[in-house]
Amino acid sequence: MELQRDLCVDMLSQMYKIRFFEQTVDDLFARGLVHGTMHLSIGQEASAVGSISALRVEDYILSTHRGHGHCIAKGADIKLMMAEFMGKETGYCRGRGGSMHIADIEGRNLGANGVVGGGIPLAVGVGLSLKMQGRDEIVMGFFGDGAANQGSFHEALNMAAIWSLPVVYVCENNQYGMSMSTRRAFKIEKMAQRAASYGMPGVTVDGNDVVEVYEAASEAVERARAGEGPTLLECITYRWKGHSKSDQELYRTKDEIESWKNKEPIRRFLELLITQRVISEDEARKIEEEARRTIGEALEYARASPEPEVDTILEGVYA
Amino acid sequence: MREITYAEAIREALRQEMARDDSVFLIGEDVGTYGGAFGVSYGLIDEFGEERVRDTPISEAGIMGAATGAALIGMRPVAEIMFMDFTTIAMDQLVNQAAKLRFMFGGKAKVPLVLRTPAGSGTGAAAHHSQSFEAWFIHVPGLKVVMPSTPYDVKGLLLASIRDDNPVVFVEHKLLYKTRGPVPEEEYTIPLGVADVKRPGKDVTIVATSIMVPRALEAAEALAEEGIDAEVVDPRTLKPFDGETVVTSVMKTGKVLIVHEACKTGGVGAEIASRIMESEAFDYLEAPITRLAGLDIPVPYNRTLERHRVPQVENIVAAVKDLLV
Repeated sequence: MELQRDLCVDMLSQMYKIRFFEQTVDDLFARGLVHGTMHLSIGQEASAVGSISALRVEDYILSTHRGHGHCIAKGADIKLMMAEFMGKETGYCRGRGGSMHIADIEGRNLGANGVVGGGIPLAVGVGLSLKMQGRDEIVMGFFGDGAANQGSFHEALNMAAIWSLPVVYVCENNQYGMSMSTRRAFKIEKMAQRAASYGMPGVTVDGNDVVEVYEAASEAVERARAGEGPTLLECITYRWKGHSKSDQELYRTKDEIESWKNKEPIRRFLELLITQRVISEDEARKIEEEARRTIGEALEYARASPEPEVDTILEGVYA
Repeated sequence: MREITYAEAIREALRQEMARDDSVFLIGEDVGTYGGAFGVSYGLIDEFGEERVRDTPISEAGIMGAATGAALIGMRPVAEIMFMDFTTIAMDQLVNQAAKLRFMFGGKAKVPLVLRTPAGSGTGAAAHHSQSFEAWFIHVPGLKVVMPSTPYDVKGLLLASIRDDNPVVFVEHKLLYKTRGPVPEEEYTIPLGVADVKRPGKDVTIVATSIMVPRALEAAEALAEEGIDAEVVDPRTLKPFDGETVVTSVMKTGKVLIVHEACKTGGVGAEIASRIMESEAFDYLEAPITRLAGLDIPVPYNRTLERHRVPQVENIVAAVKDLLV
């Protein structure tokens, strides 16, 4: 593919922002400045950025518990995201959702999800709504390899297929559902093979290659928008960090983790851009610095933001 | 006024609301040509087409998820789960997703949907097709729970439920589908959270839900012949719950029997009893609050056992007499 400069700059910038956001929140957690838990996608930035870059601004996404990357790639205001992460009133969800439930409704991110596989059927509904309303937008539904073994996956993919809904399903296969490896959880080689049983195309790509993800996602998006129905796109990737904050990482080796660090998605993309002279090293540094600054400002904003007032506790349950 | 059945009243509400509002559509198993397992949506597919009367595969989680996702971006789905027993399969989408999305998103989204589902025993369908799970759903913040007992109520409450901006669990009863009653032809709504005194009386209050309302009314007639004047209160919606009407009645009569079909333990009767205990009516109680409910067993197949599993008219009569001793 011809590397369009604007798109590449944008993708690189988003990948940096995701990385720095997650490093920052990891640090906040380590220092005891936030409570709860979180699920980091460090090492998986290319699959979030490559797939969402294939969407239009007005398209929808449904994210997962490991959803910081999707949220940023969909164009969230990182200040509001960080504020939500810190449980502040100014956050996207007024501090009611936290890391696992960030939603940017205006930005058409219909939310992360605390239940593995919980968002897969919701994408059917969004796609159905778009189709019934005769709209041109599509919805991209994310889930992980773990969710692919939930019953909801089967019900939803079948429904999306029989009704030819404008849905792109993106499975970020990071090879572990918590500690359960895909080698142990699947009998098949590639999860995307399952697409055949629903009568939809199934594509497996190197999820750490943002260009390859973008190209495959673009094809799926085009198909969905043309009314030709859903696609199952599987991005093979790897999370560098544990499943959540409680993970002792007893189920995988240091060597395995190190081997995946050699396939680091941001550096790979950066090297490609520089070798292909899409951007200079100097420009790359500026993009990186700008991303760092954005996260720093978001952190300041979040820290300075007020906590929710206790007397608002009952708000928002019913419309 | 014209009389139609409970099932016809539901169908009329669906038809009127679908004609009025393009965003309303039906989704569920066999709701199209078949007309739903109990024929409630029969004929609507001819009027509104298969897009808006959407048959689905046997995928309850998928149905509930599809309804929830569609509601999130502007539609008003009316999903049918063929038997209330099968809501178990849709539980994550209903309880974790539909009910909670609005709150989790800081009040910035809404999920206007109705889940219609028939509950109850009496059809000889045994333990997987006879259950009444309303107590589970009142326990979930974000859901509303409606349980109509008459053709008039079911139409007005269904129209109100579809127009409500929240997920509403709309519990119908299989044995009520064929019951007849006066129903206005025009559209009307009955606000959620308003109970109805189905029969005024002064000696004892019977709070009854769903199929237990007609049984309580029949019991009240029998009791009247013995000089006992029972008041029958139908909450109509269990969440929000109209405590005031119940409390007012109990303050008048001083005695209360709560009757429902679902298992006694953890049933809505426990919640209603607590509401009365916590209210000003406590000081007016002349006898302990009494619950008459389904036995704590799965619904048996055998006709006699099935009947004994659930309160009948004679049980209500006996329970009231015990209360007045």
